[in-house]
Parts: sequence; C-alpha cells; structure tokens
Amino acid sequence: MTKSLGRAEKLSSSAGSVVFDADVLVLGGGPAGAWAAISAAEHGARVVLADKGFCGTSGATAAAGTGVWYVDPSPERREAAMASREKLGGYLQDRRWMARVLDRTYAQSNQLADWGYPYPSDDDGRPQRNSLQGPEYMRLMRKRTKQAGVTILDHSPALELLVDGNGVVAGATGLRRQKGDRWVVNAKAVVIATGGCAFLSKTLGSNVLTGDGYLLAAEAGAEFTSMEFSNAYAISPAFGSVTKTLFYSWASFTDEQGSVIPGASSKGGRSVIARALRKGPVYAQLDEADAETQRHMRLSQPNFFLPFDRTGIDPFRQRFPITLRLEGTVRGTGGLRIIDDGCATTVPGLYAAGDAATRELICGGFTGGGSHNAAWAMSSGYWAGQGAAEFARQLGTTIGRQAFRRGTVGLRSGSGRALQGGPLARSVQDEVFPYELNYFREAGRLGGSLRRLDALWTDASDADAPDEEELLRAREAAAMLATARWMYRSALARQESRGMHRRDDYPEPDDRYRHLVTTGGLDDVWTSARPLASSQFSEAAE
Amino acid sequence: MIELVVAERCTDCGACIEVCPANVLDRGPGGLPVLARVEDCQTCFMCELYCRADAIYVAPDCDRRVSVTKDEVLSSGRLGQYRRHSGWDEWADQFPNEQWLMETVFRRAGEAAAQSKAERPDVSGRK
Ligand SMILES: Cc1cc2nc3c(=O)[nH]c(=O)nc-3n(C[C@H](O)[C@H](O)[C@H](O)COP(=O)(O)OP(=O)(O)OC[C@H]3O[C@@H](n4cnc5c(N)ncnc54)[C@H](O)[C@@H]3O)c2cc1C
Ligand code: SF4
Ligand code: SF4
Repeated sequence: MTKSLGRAEKLSSSAGSVVFDADVLVLGGGPAGAWAAISAAEHGARVVLADKGFCGTSGATAAAGTGVWYVDPSPERREAAMASREKLGGYLQDRRWMARVLDRTYAQSNQLADWGYPYPSDDDGRPQRNSLQGPEYMRLMRKRTKQAGVTILDHSPALELLVDGNGVVAGATGLRRQKGDRWVVNAKAVVIATGGCAFLSKTLGSNVLTGDGYLLAAEAGAEFTSMEFSNAYAISPAFGSVTKTLFYSWASFTDEQGSVIPGASSKGGRSVIARALRKGPVYAQLDEADAETQRHMRLSQPNFFLPFDRTGIDPFRQRFPITLRLEGTVRGTGGLRIIDDGCATTVPGLYAAGDAATRELICGGFTGGGSHNAAWAMSSGYWAGQGAAEFARQLGTTIGRQAFRRGTVGLRSGSGRALQGGPLARSVQDEVFPYELNYFREAGRLGGSLRRLDALWTDASDADAPDEEELLRAREAAAMLATARWMYRSALARQESRGMHRRDDYPEPDDRYRHLVTTGGLDDVWTSARPLASSQFSEAAE
Repeated sequence: MIELVVAERCTDCGACIEVCPANVLDRGPGGLPVLARVEDCQTCFMCELYCRADAIYVAPDCDRRVSVTKDEVLSSGRLGQYRRHSGWDEWADQFPNEQWLMETVFRRAGEAAAQSKAERPDVSGRK
C-alpha cells in the first residue's frame, strides 16, 4: 500500500483493495448511520454503508438500548417536553430544532412500528414507543438497510476521507479487517455517523467509539461545537461494563467502612461520588428499590443484571464496589458542527448524524442519556441521508474526478518510528479519565493537560504509519488525542459552569457565556464563540 | 470479557465471529471460533445473544481475564441466560419485550430523587 506524502495524494486503485462507486457513503452503522443509509436510498441514492464492527450489533445503542424522546403531538405535551430540558442544558438549545426533532422522532418511531418492531403495550393495551431494546432495534435496522438496497461493509473501519481538487468530499477508504485488504468508496457525498468518543473506557458497547469520524472530518477541514460538554461519567460496577446509571436512583452509597457518603446520589450527587472515589473505594447497594421496582428492572433491562448474577452478587441486598466510567461525547453533546436543516457540515459534501454531530441543538450542554440522543440519532440520520442524497443528485456526474487522500497522523511516512496506538491511547486516557482533570475542571490543570496532549500530537504527527495490523489502533488513538484537545481547548474557553461542564475556578453560570464554543484544527487547535441562533433572531428583530 | 466457547455445543455456524463488533474471534481449524484478540473484548454480550447453541460464556469482568472451566460454566445455568431473558429468537413468546416498563422505572426514579432531595435540603446537587 502506498503511503501519502505531504498534504494529499492522488488516488490510485492499487492491488489489495476493493473499489466501490456510490452516490452516498455512510460511515458508521449504528442507528444514525442506518437511518441515514435508508433515507438516502429512499431519496434515490446508491448507498454504501461501512461499519467498523457489525451493523446491527456495533455501537452504543445496539448493546445498551435507549429511551426515546417520543412525545405525543399535543401542543401542551410538546411544550412541556421542550421546557423540561432547557434548564438542564444551560439554555443553549434551539427551540426550532427541538420541535423538528420531536416531529421527526414521532414519525420514525411509527415507521418502526409499521416495520414490525415489537413495541410492547402497557397493562391497558396502549402501545409504548418511548423505549427501544437495543439488539432488537438494531437487528431490524440492519434488515431494513439491506432491504433498501444499501451495500453494507462490516468490519470495515474508515481510515480517511477523499476529497476532490475543490475540497469537495469524494469518498473514503478503510480496512476490511476480516478480509485482510482495504476498501475504497468513491462517493458524491459522505455521512459521518461514527458515534461519539468514549476513550476506550469500556462503557457498554462503546469501545468501537473512538472519535474516528471527528478526525476524518477535521482532516477535511470540518468544525466542531460544544466539545466542552464531553465529560459524561456513568456509574457501573467497578469490575463491569454495564453503565446504567438510572438504576442507581435506588442505591445507597457507602465508603470502605460502610458509612453512608453524605450527598452521594446518581442524580445531582454524582460529583460527590467522584470526589469520594478519589479517596477510596465506593460501594453501592440498590436497597431502596421495592419488590415491584426490582421486578420491573429485571424484566426491562436483563443485561443490567448479568454482572451481578455472574459474580453471585445480589445488588438489592449486598453492596458492591462501583466506579464512574467516562462516556465522553457518547452521552455528552459535542460533535461536528451542523450548518443547515439537512445536517451538512462546514465541508461541502460532508454530512453528520447521531453522536458524531453536535447535539447542542436539542440538548444544550447536558444529555447524560434519557432519550434525546436516540431521538437525535433517528432524526439527524434521516435528514443527513436526505441532505447527502440531494447533494449527490445536484453534483451530477463525477466521471474523471480526481480524489485525494486527506488522512494525516498515522498514515504518512515520517521519522522512521512507527506510531504505536496502544501506548498513545493510554497516554490520552491518563489525561481524560481522572476526575480532577475532566470532571472538575480548572484553568491550571486543563492547561497542563493540554501541553502534554499537544506534545503527544507533535510526536504522533512525526511518526510513521504502522503495520497494517496496527493501523486501526493507531488511527483510533490519534482520533482520541485530537478529540481530547478539542475538548480541553473548549473547556478552557468556557470560563463558567454550565450544563455538564463544571469549572472549579468558575463555579457558577455566567450570562456572558450564553453562546456556543466552536473549535477545530489539528496542529493548531482554535476556538471561537458563536451566538445562539435564538439571539441572532432576536437581534434581527430589534 | 469472553472466556469460553464450549466446543461440544458449538455448531461452527460462525455467527459470533461475524457479529462481534470488536472482531475478537477468528475462525479456527474446523470452523470452531478461537479467542484471537480477547484483550479487545468490550464485554458487550452480543456474541452470546447471537449464539443459538448457547455455547459462549462472557465473564462479567471487563478489565481482566478470569479463569473459568467448562464444567463450571455448564453447571452454572448462565449459558444462554442473556438470550433467554432478552426474549431472543425462540424465547420471544416466553420473555416478551418489556422495555416499556422502563417508563415506570424512569418515573419512579424521578419521584425517588425528588423525595430524597426533599429529605436532604442541605445538599444542593448540581447536574
Ligand atoms: C450505556 C449507555 C446507555 C445509553 N442510554 C441511552 C438512553 O436511554 N437514551 C438515549 O437517548 N441515549 C442513550 N445512550 C446514548 C445512545 O446510545 C447514543 O446516543 C446512540 O447510540 C448514538 O447513535 P449513533 O448511531 O450516532 O452511534 P452508535 O450507536 O454508537 O454507532 C456508531 C457506529 O459507528 C461505527 N464506527 C465507529 N468508528 C468507525 C469507523 N472508523 N468507520 C466505520 N464505522 C465506525 C461503530 O462501529 C458503530 O456501529 C446511551 C449510551 C450508553 C453508552
Ligand atoms: S455462534 Fe455459537 S454455535 Fe455459532 S460459531 Fe459461535 S460459538 Fe459456535
Ligand atoms: S462480548 Fe462483545 S466484544 Fe466481547 S467477544 Fe462478545 S461480542 Fe465481542
């Protein structure tokens, strides 16, 4: 395989790779990617979908399942649903987008019912559409994606984007891990639906989510927004991967000696748990759940109990050690900046959906789960697929168009020393996992961390592309590193506490920061402030 | 992390190799899946769900290997447990999708939180 030298390299179809031609290429096959692929196909596009894992089991939704922001279309209910989120999100949301997402989610959920998703009914026989069982939902989405005529490439992580001479996105390339070769897809538009970045923290289903799509997009010049809202931490047993914080609403939290930790709680008191974990082990016991609640928990979320049943712990009667796992942007809100209703990014031909895109439009500075992410994945997926199909149609023929590789770190030849993904990923984790750096932020500590992260970036940029087997790990680590730098630069720029972003040195919200922080750049990371759409409108009206 | 494939039960169907999002398994001699990259396992339990033969055991520990023997696992009743409780495949009728109960769970969680806040007015929790 040839390595790219300098900025860009002309694409040559070399041996050892399979080449596809498509109108729309979707990267990522979680809910956002699957909806995008189906929507693009329905809008007349020839679609290829490439997933790092297996479309249907891969990503946060497939493993975890999700509540869905499904709200009856009565004006009062919709109003209440929107209003209930505004304070949590720090008043950064956009009402117009919230209303659109509620509409679209309602339509998509009803579509799922028509497709045969086994929505259950409550005791009175009313269908319940505000929750989706992950594996079941994603098995159906895979089936529908195939039926829509989409070509699915499984175990095929994207490594880099292709762009034409005018900077318009022209496809992507990646690995076929189980075939031992590479893929190239020439496409007229690309949808990034690669999920968020959970920094390999083992939070449920999320180790495939390393921010790859962010890096690819940034290499083509894309921008991000709300990346400071990226420090979601979820509760799990200390030894296990099942991060279902909601069930800890019924927990009592104790220290090593068995004394109750004052103020510790899954909601509102999670920071107390984080502080306690810095001093020593913390234990939980779900002793406040009555028999009926216990039964409901078991029936509705069987995987919550796997870690307990398999270690012989009765979580209702015995205490067990817990930890907080970083979920980064998966249950944060930051991501690629969206510039229109079709989920276009700032790069022509490049679209974003799901966790890969910013969720600030409906969540502001806080999600932490609770159905908005799922609603966003279906809605933005639908719009991005449509937007990409439309872009492809307008582009017309691209025969003879030249495509250039845009990949940087880990894909070039450099100093003669190969980039090592494993050690780099651990170095990034050392900067983003510690609660004193990421949960409780402060200028001095953020600055120190950024200096180390910048040094890691310089180092990684100088390194050689590793062997084929190590390539994916290296690119994942580079994506984590880039993500961490956008996060912390944005966190430094927001000199207040708002949403999930909390600063020890600025513990209160400050009205001067009721704007969005935009960021981007690879070697030089920048940030800038953007006014909220609502304030732009009100200024225009004045 | 995934710890065991019970060879006697495995039908060499290859499903686990195909669906594992982290590409942990390889096809071994005769088609039996081998644990080729256990360190990449993300403990998501998806392979168990897709194994119709209930031949796979994923241990709950996500950061370290634990040793389990085939006999322990066979007698534990854990093989196929997740598939059954999820109402997957042939279990759909016996264990129907009860995710809707989450709605009640959510509501009660909210009530519980509100109550505990009322009981502890001194604690000013932030989100
Ligand atoms: C434990 C847990 C519980 C949650 N509960 C809820 C909830 O109750 N309600 C809610 O709204 N949200 C919840 N969320 C969040 C929700 O799961 C996500 O917002 C949702 O999955 C986003 O969908 P997505 O398609 O954008 O990303 P994902 O579902 O994460 O899918 C991303 C896909 O991209 C693929 N991919 C990654 N990198 C590449 C690459 N380089 N090339 C190709 N493909 C790639 C991955 O393999 C994956 O299939 C929860 C998250 C977790 C972790
Ligand atoms: S899914 Fe089960 S039966 Fe099929 S190959 Fe894997 S272990 Fe064997
Ligand atoms: S638990 Fe998940 S990551 Fe581990 S082997 Fe099974 S499917 Fe793969």
